[in-house]
Amino acid sequence: MHIFHNTTFDFLKWRWHAIILSWVVIIAGIVIGMTKGVPLGLEFAGGTQVIAQFDKTPSIEMVRQAIDRGYPAGGENVIVQSYGDPAQRQVMIRVPQVGGEGGTALSATRNAVDKALRAGNLGNVSIVGTEIVSPTVGRDLSQKGLSAFVLSLIGILAYIAFRFEFSFAAGAVIATIHDIFVTFAFLAFFQYDLTLNVIAALLTVTGYSTNDTIVIFDRVRENLRSMRSKSLNDVVNLSLNQTLGRTVITAGTALLSAIALFLFGGEVLRGFAFTMIVGIVTGTYSSVFVAAAIVTFWNRKTRRIAAAAPSGDAAAGQRGRKQKRAKAS
Amino acid sequence: MLKNLSWRILTTIVVLVIFGLVGVYPLVATFYGLPMPEWLAQKQLKLGLDLKGGVHLVLRVITDTALKAETEAQSERTREALASAGVNVTGVTVVNDVQFRVDGVQPTQSQAFLSAVADAEGTFDRSSGTGGSYTFTMKPNLQKQFRDESVRQARTTIERRVNELGVSEPSIAQQGNGDQILVQLPGVTDVDRAKGIISSTGLLKLTIVEQGPFSTREQALQAFNNNVPPDIEILPGRQESGGATVYYAVKKAAAVTGRDLRSAQEGIDEYNRPAVRFTLKQDAAQRFGNFTQSNIGRPLAIVLDDRVMSVATIQGRITDSGQITGVSRQEMQDTVITLKSGALPASMEYIQEQTIGPSLGADAIRAGVLASIVGLFLVVAFMLVYYKLSGVNAVVALIFNLVILLGLMAYIGAVMTLPGIAGFVLTMGIGVDSNVLIFERIKEELEHGRPVRIALNAGFSRVFLTLLDTHISAAIAALFLLQFGTGPIRGFAYTLLIGLGSNLFTSTFVSRTLFEMVLGRKQQAATLSI
Repeated sequence: MHIFHNTTFDFLKWRWHAIILSWVVIIAGIVIGMTKGVPLGLEFAGGTQVIAQFDKTPSIEMVRQAIDRGYPAGGENVIVQSYGDPAQRQVMIRVPQVGGEGGTALSATRNAVDKALRAGNLGNVSIVGTEIVSPTVGRDLSQKGLSAFVLSLIGILAYIAFRFEFSFAAGAVIATIHDIFVTFAFLAFFQYDLTLNVIAALLTVTGYSTNDTIVIFDRVRENLRSMRSKSLNDVVNLSLNQTLGRTVITAGTALLSAIALFLFGGEVLRGFAFTMIVGIVTGTYSSVFVAAAIVTFWNRKTRRIAAAAPSGDAAAGQRGRKQKRAKAS
Repeated sequence: MLKNLSWRILTTIVVLVIFGLVGVYPLVATFYGLPMPEWLAQKQLKLGLDLKGGVHLVLRVITDTALKAETEAQSERTREALASAGVNVTGVTVVNDVQFRVDGVQPTQSQAFLSAVADAEGTFDRSSGTGGSYTFTMKPNLQKQFRDESVRQARTTIERRVNELGVSEPSIAQQGNGDQILVQLPGVTDVDRAKGIISSTGLLKLTIVEQGPFSTREQALQAFNNNVPPDIEILPGRQESGGATVYYAVKKAAAVTGRDLRSAQEGIDEYNRPAVRFTLKQDAAQRFGNFTQSNIGRPLAIVLDDRVMSVATIQGRITDSGQITGVSRQEMQDTVITLKSGALPASMEYIQEQTIGPSLGADAIRAGVLASIVGLFLVVAFMLVYYKLSGVNAVVALIFNLVILLGLMAYIGAVMTLPGIAGFVLTMGIGVDSNVLIFERIKEELEHGRPVRIALNAGFSRVFLTLLDTHISAAIAALFLLQFGTGPIRGFAYTLLIGLGSNLFTSTFVSRTLFEMVLGRKQQAATLSI
């Protein structure tokens, strides 16, 4: 079986359209993020989350009323939603407060919610899970998360620059930053909570989205060596077509597992799986339309890339430079 | 060639057997109740708190309090040193957590003053102000040292307490900016008790009751005309069963403290009620003997964490042992644990608390297993349809990959968490990518008219460097994830990293061995099902 056999798409012709599309998505994401806000998960926002299991499933409205009555301090920001498998009759209640810091007082809000539920005449209820996070934790985490992103991008940049050359590394890293922004935009569109798991998925996307890029770059380098008469754009286009089949298939298998996680992995992993799905799709798209395009932009004056020279081959490097000079004169 | 091949096959089989034994057999054995040797049971894959259920706590050690304690102690010692050297001063006051000041030193006595404070200058920097006042500031490098030490001490104290609690496989670790301590207690459901034991300061004092009990703090203050002498403090008593709290006025200076304790154990009093029995070290016993001798007939308070636990009248000379009575069974157990583990060097606050009920963990496992099965099915189906017989090769390599992943995780003692399961599922989808790249290359070589064996060799050798590049760049991201994450996320990062490593092995070595096994007999294979 063969998909995309001997295709001759002119991918580079579409690079401007692709760049506009990406910017539209990213700006829309920023606008929504600014107006609607990005909902923060408990680890980042702080607060108290209680998962309660009932004898018979109460309506969300009834639970909310019970909380409003029994725990008015929760205010309007109480989140009540059904949790997990409906057969488990579980409801998640999240309040932004944390019962004072220090000692055992941290759990004061949990106990208040527990009392409100019991007083709410909702039948037998048991608390099966609690999570309480003080607001100081979030600040710490965002800082660490951000530095993890920046450092891993620098690491990948350095590695690709070492293995290929700088314009390739720049292409790969800009494509990866693009993927993170697009994924953020989709998280904002669908209002997924920004949790630790989502950040982990984003970091995984960082690593994964360079995979396709490396495969394409590898082919570009190989073709540049064997086809010295062709222009860079032709070589890049040819390489993209030659690798198109595997780019799509590798993304496809990764997507299959991410979809399995999204559908069956349970409540906690849903945001993670969503992030992975978006990240895999945009990672593949950006490898073709962003990373490769940046390499052609970067080298548009030289038309040939130093990477075409086998590393350590001084003669080839010399040749490249001579060519440049010849063109300049 | 063939010799080389049999060596490859042998390696593959050995690897599969070892990792299958460590990683997969225990899972199967637990599920079906098969026999499992002890050494294997110890090595088996550990489940994280989010899957097993339990309590997850993050505490912040308020290291400022440790500095303050040190500053207070040093100012006291300095006051004593000045007094015994006959240096007259108007006051020794603690300014803040790291500073104290000595006021009113006469110029004529400055020589005697300097030799009296020589001891303090080991830890504090002295600077002189106007009118014979001197400010002592804790040396910056020692401040850092005290902070680090207080966190380390807090950690070991918590460790001792948790061990006394009898939790199996607890995990206590420093994290964050160095002042955070993560405590994981699998299987524990009574959060409040665990929290109480972990964070109670555990400071024991035996001291004389001056007046009391009073039914309110105000009454106690009134007894001193609202002017409590500096050597006396008002402390609350234990909450009685009626719910009321009484107050006592006790001497600040303690006859003995927790440091003088030799041991503490559970016991019963003369009425068969639970009691905490403790014995004192030798020198403290001597001191305590003299102290009780001269205070016969007066009430003695046993104070734990600034709360009067019990009061008894001194009947005669007491030397090396005592008991706290009137406690409940639970209080007795908890008090013994805190006394045995020693006092905490600094106070702590909880910044995160998570309780996962066992049912919640079981739900998570069920969902994870289902997602794994569906993911495996989808990926296997795709590979078989798209690559036909070579797809079988990829699937075998994939299963090897998963077996090695589980085995290695069990072997190095990595913990499987819920995000770890996600990493496991993703490893399936991302892992076959390596096979896809190799197979596509082989297809390409075949299209160029190369014979099967040469196409195969070219496919594996040309793609290997690409695979190395993709795996390393993915590993870079995973490594930083490991740095960033705590608990569950670390589990994910470990799964990802190990999955990357084992994938490189299975997709190149194992997959190639399988191809060569099939081709091995016929020298000129005409076609390849790919």
